[in-house]
Amino acid sequence: MRHIISILLENESGALSRVANLFSARGYNIETLCVAPTQDPSLSRMTLVTNGTPEIIEQIVKQLNKLIEVVKLVDLTEGVHIERELMLAKIHAASPQQRTEVMRLIEIFRGHVIDVTESTYTVELTGPGDKLDGFMDAVGRDELLEITRTGITGIARGTKALRT
Amino acid sequence: MELTGAEIVIRALKEEGVDYVFGYPGGAILHVYDAIHAQNDIQHILVRHEQAATHAADGYARASGKPGVVLVTSGPGVTNAVTGIATAFMDSIPMVILSGQVPTKLIGNDAFQEVDSVGITRPCVKHNFLVKDVKELATTLKKAFYIASTGRPGPVLVDLPKDVTAAKTVFEYPHTIKMRSYNPTVKGHTGQIRKAVKLILKAERPIVYVGGGAILGEASKEVTELTRMLGYPVTNTLMGLGAYPATDPQFVGMLGMHGTYEANMCMHDCDVMIAIGARFDDRVTGNLEKFAPYARIVHIDIDPSSIAKNVQVEVPIVGSVANVLRAMISLIREEGSQPLKKEALARWWRQIEKWRAIDSLGYEQNNTLIKPQYVMEQLYKVTEGNAIVTSDVGQHQMWAAQYYHFDLPRRWINSGGLGTMGFGLPAAMGCKLACPDLDVACVTGEGSIQMMLQELSTMLQYQTPVKIVNLNNGYLGMVRQWQEFFYEKRYAMSYMDALPDFVKLAEAYGHVGMKIENPGDVEASLREAFAMKDRTVFLDFITDPEENVFPMIPAGGAHNEMLLAGRDAMRSTHEEGMVLV
Repeated sequence: MRHIISILLENESGALSRVANLFSARGYNIETLCVAPTQDPSLSRMTLVTNGTPEIIEQIVKQLNKLIEVVKLVDLTEGVHIERELMLAKIHAASPQQRTEVMRLIEIFRGHVIDVTESTYTVELTGPGDKLDGFMDAVGRDELLEITRTGITGIARGTKALRT
Repeated sequence: MELTGAEIVIRALKEEGVDYVFGYPGGAILHVYDAIHAQNDIQHILVRHEQAATHAADGYARASGKPGVVLVTSGPGVTNAVTGIATAFMDSIPMVILSGQVPTKLIGNDAFQEVDSVGITRPCVKHNFLVKDVKELATTLKKAFYIASTGRPGPVLVDLPKDVTAAKTVFEYPHTIKMRSYNPTVKGHTGQIRKAVKLILKAERPIVYVGGGAILGEASKEVTELTRMLGYPVTNTLMGLGAYPATDPQFVGMLGMHGTYEANMCMHDCDVMIAIGARFDDRVTGNLEKFAPYARIVHIDIDPSSIAKNVQVEVPIVGSVANVLRAMISLIREEGSQPLKKEALARWWRQIEKWRAIDSLGYEQNNTLIKPQYVMEQLYKVTEGNAIVTSDVGQHQMWAAQYYHFDLPRRWINSGGLGTMGFGLPAAMGCKLACPDLDVACVTGEGSIQMMLQELSTMLQYQTPVKIVNLNNGYLGMVRQWQEFFYEKRYAMSYMDALPDFVKLAEAYGHVGMKIENPGDVEASLREAFAMKDRTVFLDFITDPEENVFPMIPAGGAHNEMLLAGRDAMRSTHEEGMVLV
């Protein structure tokens, strides 16, 4: 099953590689990984999406907790949560017909055009991962000149907060 | 007053009560060596290879319970140390490695003798640090010792760029340290302990299964008290030998791949298993699908990730083993209400005695060839069971574990997790420095000993008399045994031609050498060697070249599928077993 694990870790050089190393050394999957400092600059928040049986997820959580730099973590998929991902996409759209069609899709998916040329649109789109997948399918892989996605980040609903 | 980084290192080591540092100098660490030169409190042991420094510090740590300290230079100094760091990591040994590094402004520049030491050691340390500012040095060293020796212990590396050891700052050593991200659980959960005690008292076919964690956690006394109080059978893992006295009638021997028949049958047939500081490693469990099919398991460990890693358990308890066991003991005393299942237990012990009667460690004595098992028995007899025994890796390691009966913790020193050949000799040197009043024997083979021979020179320099018991069968014995069983006797590269004359070799290094070829001379030669208190003696025993280690659970087998000597010797393993090691 897919799990979203969100981690507070010391904002120190090497902390990221310790997490990445743990996953490769123990043969766990990382689907996406997203990390940046928090309102407390000494802490980073990392969100990663992984896959595995309940036993493997239990081990992943325990092994992550064992890393000295990990302060706290939560498996967001254990509760109600919101997940978001940001995508920037450069889309080929040259003919008037293509340009109308692409604009229509951007509207449907609630994206924003952030750059434009005679033959391309560059679009910013946020949402859960499957929404971004849906947009890519709708545009068609051949028309996508370039895409970049941030990977999933997420937060729990309600008053509960992941903090020290 | 301001001190240089190098002086701060030395002051910090003194604050931590370090008496020995094992190391080898080189360019990037020279400031620290200069600071060592200027003092007399800490003795530096100059090894002949950095791997030996880590093994010696490791042996010192295992024998004393204090963290071992290693000092090496950058580049090859660190890469040579990696095997020893990984060895300590796999067996959870507290160790602090201080490594020189090129100056901060050259890091990443492919400078002379530069490697990414923090990167290279990351997978095999509990934690590591690169110190970039001398102001952070003292706190970092305090953290290193704290992390290495608390919770589940392990090696911690501190990388010291040369400009940091030269820079000056005011020295202030923190007396305590608190880290928001590291806070190991010591006290067990009361509810879980209560649940465990309930289950334990209800057992009809119990087994107490004790691992290295009981030794690292100084819980031997508690293990013994609880086990005796209950009257249950107890087995120790390879790493746990000595945690419960081996000569006690409740002890059923070591378990696992080369454990006794009775220990493994107890594990297989038990209804309640009490796992204490053990990690259900593959050498212990055999085939996981067939592991302990009737058992309800209580698992006590300080490392939550050890619990439910390989085997699901009913009552997990995270905490220091000594602490949790003390709570259990007092709970059993207080309650006292729930009586033990006396009748069922008596039946269980009768069954165990039947298994014991099979005498799975029996072997045939020979009048002309020295049996390695016999050498171990004589070693036990001559040292009256009181020596520290280190070992290398292979058949001799198993024979030492099987035939030397350890009654005390920290007397059996071996590389159980990583299985590092070459460990035994430098580790023996570390043990002798930690416990100068005890006899130290290094049980080895002609394969393993040649991986660290150069340390004979260090041992002369620092007068660390050790008795080297070389079981010389001319083969890489464990490899040969597997080839005999599983590769139709195709002995690929397991035979070494052109062995050195070990007697002359020992003499060349300034020690005593003895070659023993007759079974009748084994005991006398050992007595002679151990009588030479202040000399290192190399005893080269020429042993039966084709002796195998029995009993044995072949890879992929279950606890009740053991091969016994003579009886099932040649049965091969199944297909899935062939991909296992």
